Amino acid sequence: MSDIGKQRIKPLRTNYGHIERRIGDKPATRYQEATYDIQSEIGFHYKPVYDSGRDLYDVNLTKIVMKDWYSFMDPRQYFYTPYVTARSLQQEVMDKNHTMIDKQNLMATVPEELKQQVRDVVIPLRHVEYAANMNNQYIADKCFGASIAGVAAYNGFDHIAMSQYISKLALMLDDNEEVNLLAAKEAWVNDEQWQPLRRVVEDIWVIDDWFETMVAQNIVLDGLLNPLIFGRFIADITGKGGLPISMLVSFMGDWYTETIRWTNQLVKVTVKESDANKDLLCGWVEKWLIRVEEALQPLAQTAFGPEGTKHLEGVKQELLDRLAKQGMKI
Amino acid sequence: MAEGKTFIIFQDNMDARPFIDAVEADNPEATMQYEPGMIRFEIEGPLTVSRETLEEISGREVDLQEIHMHLISLSGNLEEDDDFIRLSWNT
Repeated sequence: MSDIGKQRIKPLRTNYGHIERRIGDKPATRYQEATYDIQSEIGFHYKPVYDSGRDLYDVNLTKIVMKDWYSFMDPRQYFYTPYVTARSLQQEVMDKNHTMIDKQNLMATVPEELKQQVRDVVIPLRHVEYAANMNNQYIADKCFGASIAGVAAYNGFDHIAMSQYISKLALMLDDNEEVNLLAAKEAWVNDEQWQPLRRVVEDIWVIDDWFETMVAQNIVLDGLLNPLIFGRFIADITGKGGLPISMLVSFMGDWYTETIRWTNQLVKVTVKESDANKDLLCGWVEKWLIRVEEALQPLAQTAFGPEGTKHLEGVKQELLDRLAKQGMKI
Repeated sequence: MAEGKTFIIFQDNMDARPFIDAVEADNPEATMQYEPGMIRFEIEGPLTVSRETLEEISGREVDLQEIHMHLISLSGNLEEDDDFIRLSWNT
């Protein structure tokens, strides 16, 4: 009787040629396969009719210069499948929160003055979130390299989701009446306290250099606004009987913790590439930090009263510390 | 078997890949041997895997216990913690 012989068959290739040239002859991850060199880089024979001075994908659409645009890879390794899987799990949690609050009528336990504060502070932010989606889709449109287009597009979808979660919160605050949504729109367009922020948001829309849009929107604006409102403000009202509200925006906090992983990485590789990049990035951060901080002052006052400035200063310091760790000096 | 020598064998598939890469990264001394359908690491002395390395490689939060889904065999005393797994002999 003979043993079952084992025979080793060496595969002819372990991965695709273009991946092998990057990582060597070893198995690639699905993320690497779905990302590296996916975007076309040559053969842009026809110029876009709307702008004949550029290629369809063009490295010159930003002043940032990278030898290899795939030096940045998403540390979360999101391509379509892991992204939608992760988000659908989070959506399930949010759905359960909504159902529970509805069923147990938990919104009735929230003090009226707290509800009013949420109406004034949180609800108009749905317009900011929507603008953030536009900015991220703009980045996905203009940027170079599939790794950046991917994170920007997903980030845009996330902002749409947050805009919708805020709308849902607005409806739940007022027994599914739309009064609050209309009032928040009115405040966003006409109320004094929102105009500086609205102005910043609209100015970010018209930035030409997509990497500057990236800095202004995803690093500075999100870096101050999200921890200020969905971090500190929500923590504050949770302690005062606003737990149901906190449950309805819990995604925002989780999203931020996850998102800074890739923004940090992006800053790190871009700064490391060259001093010219570093100067550009630092210049943009400084420029937008001043504007966004000023624009958030009135909101911080409404949210925290006289403590507002202190909290805004706090989140700004956290952002600066985080950027300093990635090699930026501001 | 030489004294203090530990080994760990993984299935060679897509899901086990981050674990294999993490063992490779955390134990540069270990020898890595490809066999049909499996990968065998051997090392003189203890072998460790840290959660930090694993999470960085896999790009998500990982429970180290997931390692058992991909194991075929191992030798040594297994010490398990939230942050690391360590394989060694009491000598």
